[in-house]
Amino acid sequence: MSREGLDVQEAVTDAPAATTTAAPARAPLPDTAAVQRQASAARRRRRAGMWALRLLLVVVWLGSWEAAATWWIDPFFYSKPSAIWHRLVEWFDIGTQFGSVWEQILITLEEAVLGFVIGAAAGVVLGVLLGRSRYLADVLAPFIKAANAVPRIVLASLFIIWFGFGLASKVATVVVLVFFAVFFNAFTGAREVDRNLLDNARILGASRLQVLGTIVLPSATSWILSSLHTAFGFALIGAVVGEYAGASKGLGLLISNAQGTFDSAGIYAGMIIITVVALVAEWLLTMLENRLLRWRPSASRSSAEVV
Amino acid sequence: MTEDPVIRLRGATKRFRSSSGGVHTAVHDLTMTVGRGEFVAVVGPTGCGKSTTLSLVSGLEPPSEGEAVVNGRPVTGIPDGVGYMFQADAILPWRTVLDNVATGPRYRGASKREARERARDWVRRVGLAGFEDYYPHQLSGGMRKRVAMAQTLVNEPSILLMDEPFSALDVQTRALMQDELLRLWSGTGAAVVFVTHDLEEAICLADRVLVMTASPATVKASFTVPLARPRDVERIRLSTEFLDVYREIWESLREEVEKTRERGGKRVA
Ligand SMILES: Nc1ncnc2c1ncn2[C@@H]1O[C@H](COP(=O)(O)OP(=O)(O)O)[C@@H](O)[C@H]1O
Ligand SMILES: [Mg+2]
Repeated sequence: MSREGLDVQEAVTDAPAATTTAAPARAPLPDTAAVQRQASAARRRRRAGMWALRLLLVVVWLGSWEAAATWWIDPFFYSKPSAIWHRLVEWFDIGTQFGSVWEQILITLEEAVLGFVIGAAAGVVLGVLLGRSRYLADVLAPFIKAANAVPRIVLASLFIIWFGFGLASKVATVVVLVFFAVFFNAFTGAREVDRNLLDNARILGASRLQVLGTIVLPSATSWILSSLHTAFGFALIGAVVGEYAGASKGLGLLISNAQGTFDSAGIYAGMIIITVVALVAEWLLTMLENRLLRWRPSASRSSAEVV
Repeated sequence: MTEDPVIRLRGATKRFRSSSGGVHTAVHDLTMTVGRGEFVAVVGPTGCGKSTTLSLVSGLEPPSEGEAVVNGRPVTGIPDGVGYMFQADAILPWRTVLDNVATGPRYRGASKREARERARDWVRRVGLAGFEDYYPHQLSGGMRKRVAMAQTLVNEPSILLMDEPFSALDVQTRALMQDELLRLWSGTGAAVVFVTHDLEEAICLADRVLVMTASPATVKASFTVPLARPRDVERIRLSTEFLDVYREIWESLREEVEKTRERGGKRVA
């Protein structure tokens, strides 16, 4: 392969021309295929053991909870796994008192995703802009700090008054939560761009806009992407809190309704659904991240543990 | 020099505000010229202001006093035809070798296809054929320097500024890259300003060696290198002419290096 070709070319100079003595016989290299097979078998065993242990932990946890709630503590307050399971089955089989559970999930997702997209876009644009303009950043710094210090969850109530019980008030809550999470990372990412890369781009003939598009944005990408994980968590929280503050549909409503009727199993069930949604979103974001950051030395490749 | 020089610094001074609030003069009243197609090496102690001098020529920084003239025009912004290889890696880690080399032509308005075609040609010329689709982190230090070289040369600069481009490489790779540079440069007619703190490297490569004073930088002396081209840097180091020139220039450089050493006790190469 050509890769080896060049390595040889660079390595040739390593060998002093005067070495003519025969190299001492070396022990034969072990069969690499066999070593690799052994290593991957060991890795598989390790993974299997890990999963077995995880399963055991879950069984012990749920089992002790179930037992405790059956014999010692009052399941009215603490509920128990079997009751939560029944509630989930009921919701998915028969539906909730506000309609199909899928409808509630979709409503909450719609609010979260819409707010997430708007908030993240605004955060990136403003973050990069301020990150590249020292003066603007200095001017706006106190306002941003103040805005960030406002307890934003409280705004959810205000938004209900402003925008009513529909979609808009929830989206507004989500936007406010997501914006700051993304903004600060985009700002830092844009400000920490390697000076050499900027100078190099200017020398190579880049216009200001080209510098922004080909140097600043890609540099800030890993910062921005890592903020998106937390930001989507915030988006779900924002949507649920918004619904909690007042809504006619959604997972937040299910939970607040369960609270109103002292249905602790319902609260847990709502929590579980939100958790699953968050995990799926997390997985999608990780896929996006891996795709956009293909150029980075991947952790799995560099730490491939061959014994 | 009878014809107009391509680079002329006249009484150039550059001051920076230092972090402690004072003023630090990096370059003081520096006057130098570089002729068309001339290969000039600049040597001086670490931290004396060599990189700053290049930034004045490239237009990345304006002089505080005096003037920089490139191709007969005062420098305001980046002058046409200037290429600059930085000391640190400056290639884009998120672009493949081919797209890195195509960056310059793309900025300058070439179509994607045309830019890639020219890039492919240069990737081959710097000896990286077959690595077009690799990302920088998959390459060795020497190979990354080759990418940087191709990225700079694809724009066909008439003035090539190089800031200790090979100082981070191991000795063997460095010698290889020096040969490579001379090979690629010969026939281009480009003027080169090659900054280094390695006197041996300076003599191997250059037509003329400028010795800088300890900080703030001014030109202390200029030495012509009477070695014939084409040169083989591995062989040339051993010739008696080389050693004579080396001794002569080192006399001049040593004082400055010692001055720097006494002053700060800082790391001096
Ligand atoms: N942008 C800058 N701001 C403040 N000080 C600088 C800046 N660039 C260089 N300097 C200072 O100028 C001096 C000369 O730096 P430099 O030109 O990089 O030296 P050299 O390249 O010869 O090692 C150093 O003391 C450095 O700290
Ligand atoms: Mg320097």
